Parts: sequence; C-alpha cells; structure tokens
Amino acid sequence: MILLSTSGLTKQYSGLTAVNDVNFSLPQGQIRAIIGPNGAGKSTFVGMLSGKIPSTNGTVIFKDKDITSLPAHKRIALGMAYTFQITSIFSSLSVHENVALAARRISNSTDSKTVAQRVADALDRVNLTDRYEQIAGDLSYGHQRLLEIAMGLAQSPSLFILDEPTQGLSAEEIESFIKLLKNLAGDTTILLIEHNMDVVMATADLITVLNFGEVLAEGSPAEIRANIDVQAAYLGTVNA
Amino acid sequence: MEFGPHLFLATLEGAIGAAVLALMAVGLSIVFGIMRVVNVAHGEFYMLGAVIAWWITSLIGGHPAYGFLAALIVAPLIVGLIAALADHLVLRRINYDPERTIVATIGLLYVLQQLTLMTFGADARPVEAPFNKRLALPWFENGADGLAMYWPWGLSTTTYKLAVIVAAIVVLVALWLLMTKTRAGLIMRATQLNRDMALAHGIPVEKVYALVFGLGAAIAALAAVLVVPIQQAHYLMGGDPLLLSFIVVIIGGLGSIPGTIVAAILIGMSDGIISVFFSPTLAKILATLLVAFVLIFRPQGLFGKRIS
Amino acid sequence: MSGSITTPTNNKAKALGLHLLIIGVLAASFLILPDYHSGIIARVLILAIYAMGYNLLFGYTGLLSLGHALFFASGMYGLGLAMQYLHVSPLIGLIAGLGFAAFVSAVVGFLALRTAGVAFMIVTLMFAQAGYLTILLLGEYTRGDEGFVIKQSQRIVAGFDLTNATNRYYVSVLLFAISLLLIGWIVQSGFGKTLVAIRENEERARMLGYNVQLHKWLAVVISGTMSGSAGAAYALLFGYVGGTFATVQYSIFPLLYVLLGGAGTTIGPLIGALFMFYLIDISSQFTSAYLLVAGVALILLTLFAPQGLAGIVRKRVIRWLP
Repeated sequence: MILLSTSGLTKQYSGLTAVNDVNFSLPQGQIRAIIGPNGAGKSTFVGMLSGKIPSTNGTVIFKDKDITSLPAHKRIALGMAYTFQITSIFSSLSVHENVALAARRISNSTDSKTVAQRVADALDRVNLTDRYEQIAGDLSYGHQRLLEIAMGLAQSPSLFILDEPTQGLSAEEIESFIKLLKNLAGDTTILLIEHNMDVVMATADLITVLNFGEVLAEGSPAEIRANIDVQAAYLGTVNA
Repeated sequence: MEFGPHLFLATLEGAIGAAVLALMAVGLSIVFGIMRVVNVAHGEFYMLGAVIAWWITSLIGGHPAYGFLAALIVAPLIVGLIAALADHLVLRRINYDPERTIVATIGLLYVLQQLTLMTFGADARPVEAPFNKRLALPWFENGADGLAMYWPWGLSTTTYKLAVIVAAIVVLVALWLLMTKTRAGLIMRATQLNRDMALAHGIPVEKVYALVFGLGAAIAALAAVLVVPIQQAHYLMGGDPLLLSFIVVIIGGLGSIPGTIVAAILIGMSDGIISVFFSPTLAKILATLLVAFVLIFRPQGLFGKRIS
Repeated sequence: MSGSITTPTNNKAKALGLHLLIIGVLAASFLILPDYHSGIIARVLILAIYAMGYNLLFGYTGLLSLGHALFFASGMYGLGLAMQYLHVSPLIGLIAGLGFAAFVSAVVGFLALRTAGVAFMIVTLMFAQAGYLTILLLGEYTRGDEGFVIKQSQRIVAGFDLTNATNRYYVSVLLFAISLLLIGWIVQSGFGKTLVAIRENEERARMLGYNVQLHKWLAVVISGTMSGSAGAAYALLFGYVGGTFATVQYSIFPLLYVLLGGAGTTIGPLIGALFMFYLIDISSQFTSAYLLVAGVALILLTLFAPQGLAGIVRKRVIRWLP
C-alpha cells in the first residue's frame, strides 16, 4: 500500500525553481532516504509534504487523501511527524513538557496517565529518561537532537519525516540512532533526509536522489552506490 | 460664509495642519526606517519643543522675532540631545528589541510628560508670532457682470500661517538633500539596509542610531516651534499629533519618506476639512480604524509596494 | 533526585496550595486592615483580575496587546448601560458585561491576529482608541469622560448591599479567587501549556499539529473576557462607569502591573497591581505628576528586570511557581 505520493510537485521562489515536477511514492513501512547535494531541494520537498512550505504546483496524497491544500497542523493530525533540520525545541520548558506537548496532541485527551506513559516511552527510546526534569535549553546539542526525535516518537506517527537527524551527533549517538531507526521499521514509515552516507546505507530500504530540484535516480543502496550519475552529482563531492 | 469660501478656508487650515504633520511624521518615519524602532514618545518630543520654545521666548525680550528665532534653533537642539541621551541610556541597552523598545518608549512618554508638568506646570502657554499680518482673501463669483472678485467677510489668513507652510517645505527639502546628497545620509541609508554589514564596514552604528533618534526628535521639536504661535504650549499636547503621525506613517508605508509625505498631506488636509464640516470625533474614529485595517490587510501601506 | 513521574502532579498540588493560601490571607486581612486600606485592596483585587486576563495573553501566549482597555471598558459599559437604561438586575448586568467583552474580543482577536509583533501592538492600540472615541461620540448615553453613576439602590443583589464596605471587600475577594483558580487551572492544563509552547516557538508548535491561530484566538477571547469581567465588577462594586477607563493609559496599566509582578506567573499580576497602586497612591499625595512613577517603573523594568518580581523568585528560589 502506498502511504504517501506526490505528482508534479513544484516549488518556485520568485523565478527560482527549487523543486521541479517531482513524482514520488512511498510504500507503507519503508525506510526511504532522500539524498542530494546542498541546495538540491530536499528540505523544500519535505517541507511541502509536511505543509511547512506551500507548494506552487502539483498534488500530495497521504493515506489516499489529497492533502495539498491542508494546513500543516491538519496534516500532522493525520499521522505525520516532522523533526526540524535546525534543532527546534521549546528551550525554556522541561524535557518532559517538550515531549508531553507532542504526546498530548495525539492522545488528544485530558488523560494525563496516557500522556505520561507515552512521554516515558519516547524518552526511554532515546535514552533521555534521566534528564526528565531538566530544562531543554540546558541540554547538550546532541541531547537536544535526541529530544527532537523523542518528540516525533511521542506522536506515534504513521509517517516520520526526519530532516538531517544525525547532524552534530557523536559517533556513539549515531550508532544508537541507527538501532532506533531499525527498531521503528515496520510500524512506522520513515522519510529520512541525511548527509551521513553510513547512516543512509545502514538503514534505508530505498534511496531517492534529488539534484537541482529533480529526481535524478531511485534505487536500493547497492544500486545507488553503483550509479554513475549519482556519483558524479553527489557522492563524488562528499568524502564517501 | 457661503460654501465655496468656507471650503477654501478649511483647505487652507488643512494645509497648515498637513505641513506640520508631514514634519512630525517624517521624524517618526526616519527613526522607524533606519532603526526599526517604533517611538511612542515622539509626541512628547514635539511637546517638549513647544514648551522649550515658550521658555526661551519668555527669557528673551525685545521684538518677538528674536525670541522666536532663538527658539527655532535652540529647542530642536535641546530636544535632539535629550533623545540621543535616551537612546544611549535606554534603547541601546535593550538592543532595540522591537517590543521592549515600545514598552520603554511608553515609559519615556510618561517621564517626559510628567517632568514637564512638574517643572512648567499645567497651564497652556502662548508664544507670540514673529510676524502676524492679517491677510484678507478674495473669492470669485459668477455674477450678472460675469466673473467678479469680492472679499467675503471672515475669509482671511495670516502671513505667519503661510510662512509655516513654506518653512515646512524648506525643512522637508533640506532633509531630502541630507538623506540623498550627503555622506551622513549615505551612512544612514547603509545602516538601514544592513546593520551588520554597516558594522563590518566600520560604520559606528551606535553613534548613527543615537544621531538618527536625535534627528527624528529634533524634527518633531521644530514642527512644534512652528506651531506654537498658532496653538499654545501644554504638557498634554503630544497625544493627538502622535496618533496622527502614526496614522500617516502606517498609511504611507512604514519607513517610506515619500509615502509619508503624501499620506501627511492627504490626512492633514482631510482632517482639517472634515473637522470643519463633520464631528472631529467621528473623523478620528474613521482614521484610527483605517490604520488598523491598513495594517491588517495591506501592511506595506496604501502607497508602498508589496515585497514579494 | 529520583526523577519520579509524579512530580508534575506534585507541582499542581503545590500551586493550588499557594493560590488557596493567598486567597485565605486576603480574606483574613479585612479583619486587621484599616478601612482606607481595605478600600484600596478591594480596588487592587479587581485591577488584578484585569491584569490576570492581560497576563494570559502577554505572559503566557507572548502576544503584547496595547488595547486591553477596550475589553475592560466593554465589560464596564456592557454592565453599566444595561443597568442604567434597561434597568436589569446586577447579575443580568454582569452577564451582559461578560457577553459584550467576549464578543468584542472575539472580533478584535479575529482581525488583529492576522498581524504579529509590532503590527499587532499598533492594531490593538488603534482598535482601543476607536473604542474610546466611540464612547465620546455616543456621549449622550455614555456620558463620555465624565461618566455616570450606578445608583446605590440598583447595586443590591438579593438583599445583599454591594455599597457596604465589608460586602464589597468580600465580593472582590470572591471574584479574585474565582479568577485566580481559573487562571491556575488554565495554565496548568494542556491548553495552557500549548499557549506557552506557541510563545516559545510558534513554528514548532504548528509542526506538532497544533492549530496555532485558533489557540491564539481563544487566548485573546479568554483574556479579553476576563479583563471585561474586571471592568463589569469595577462598575458594579464602585458604582461608576466612565470613558477614562477606555483610554490608552488603562491599556498600559495591566502591562505595567504584569511586567512589575512577573509576566507568565499566576501571582505576578496581583503583586504588580498591589505595588503599583500603592506607589501611585503615595506619590499622588506629593505631586500631581504621579504618573512619573509609572514611566520610571516601565523603563527600569524593561532595562533591568524584564522577568518581574515573581519571575525572579521563580528563577532563583521556587522553580515550581505556576
């Protein structure tokens, strides 16, 4: 079953085309990575999926529903979660409250027990349980990234969009992040924008390569690794 | 008076209001344009200009023109210095954060107003005009003998009122030359475009800000010195001009000086004309609502271009 | 620290305890306060309700309004005009005041929330100014700046005379208690936390699935209605309705109280209103320029203590302060 698809999705910024006519489909349960050089339009593309950025043209279908004109908060309510490329947390609130804000929207109730349980689970999965009461702004950068992921987990999304989740994490933290992703696989469909090719190769079922706002190639990690165009456009420019 | 002459008189009164309003609003607009600061205390700088003008003229004897001339120079200078000091002591320290700046300038409004009340008292103070010859004005009518000129009773103005209009135009032109033709103007515009870039190019942004804030206040004070022979100086006189200049600056497009001047003429004239024929309160209600709706539906102002 | 999951619940209980303690102290104070001061406290409590309403929008949601006098005056005139011209009972008047304030804040919120930041401040200021001028325009009914008095004979609820000083004091404590407990409940609820989240990071709140615009609008309506309830209560308890309460100055006062007492704290508005009222009261005995105090306070607070008194206490001493 296809969970999310786009057809002809386009974004123009006053003459400049950031994303051009992208047809994309994502089956349920898959871990999909989107890669591409800087400025290839990756963040703009997922921004249009989540409703953060309005599209110029084209349609987005999620769970068989045309969501192109839905505002972001309604798309999230349908079962998407989105983590920000630049860490975006509520820095003056506690770690617990950050995750609770994410959980409350979904369990959609005054049932504080369910919320507390979800918060505890999400924090447990990213190993932040012992920082429960700390003010989020006081966390280290790596921990803030993990908190951001925990907020997404607490939403129990059917589609989890992760924009550069491992940026700034230590090797050890990246290792446990890969484990976490593999654990999620199956229940949750994951769309991963990632620069770190080790993470991509270790986790992705399928890779979509964007270049100049268009789909350059799509295939399994092995296929992408072997694709000459991709090497020219992207892999060659990174120390992969 | 018949309708025609009456309208003519109202237009003339409106033009005086528009001239003073244009000065006042340009001062507010420069400060907003360059510093991105909404100065709620602007009306009090105007009031201070008027009160100081009264104080100076009451010190200097002889022909009223001497005192007035002294006030014309000294009042804007003093007010400009007070404003630059306020910038240095308060606004700079809160980093020109937009919301905190508004709160701080509200505080400044009360401080200036109440200190004036304490030192000068609550009485309205008149200032004598340097020259004030009454001019009767003619009106034309198509009578039995064709077009005839006559002098309706009550249709008159004074030389001083006409001079105010001329003076306002002179100041506005001088200001325009300062902003476009001088090095100081260039530096101000560079700071407006990009504060960090200006800093990187060695422009002393802090000094420029103090200067701009002082300049904006000095222009308001100058407008007040021009007005004070027509309207008396009083510690509460800053409120209405503040509101009107807000209206003008917002309708003209925040920070746009040509837009501000066009809006000042429009608002000043219509305010003058409308309040002659209708209830001034109703005119003010419509004007404030206009501002609110312009900000809501056309935030670039009526004359500004939309930035895409 | 064990990091136990019950901590937030404990904090809720502590907050409730603190609020009940304050209400108890206020109720008991009447027995020891001289008449002059109990009269002032009654007034301060009503103004504190006004400031609590303001604080929900400014302190918790992060929206700085310069036009709350419009909501205060809506409540005041809603009650005043209904009692004066329709001769309704005080309770019906109170409902009229609340209803009118809710209506006005719903409309103003809907329009003003299309803007943000400085534009929001100016739009609210302009709406309030238009409201004040409308009161002057309709002077035939509103009596403009001069205002009108609600007759003593009308201010009796079921035989309970609101003009009596003791009754007046306890009614103001009761109204304050209701408002404080209501605000305490709101800010501890999921809704209240969402408002704080919007204040902290609007974009993130939206991407967690919250309808930010709707939450802001609800915050304006609740805030405006609570401010209006203070206006209605003021008219009822002190028997006076006037245009002065719609002026810009009365929009600045709650901002001043909240900044001084501590924005985003439940007890800040009371502390701020209490301090400021006495400060102005004392200085007005020495000079007619008593508003100088307000100006100096605004500047000093902006410069040195943007968190206010309760904010400092929360940062340094009691972390759980609601």
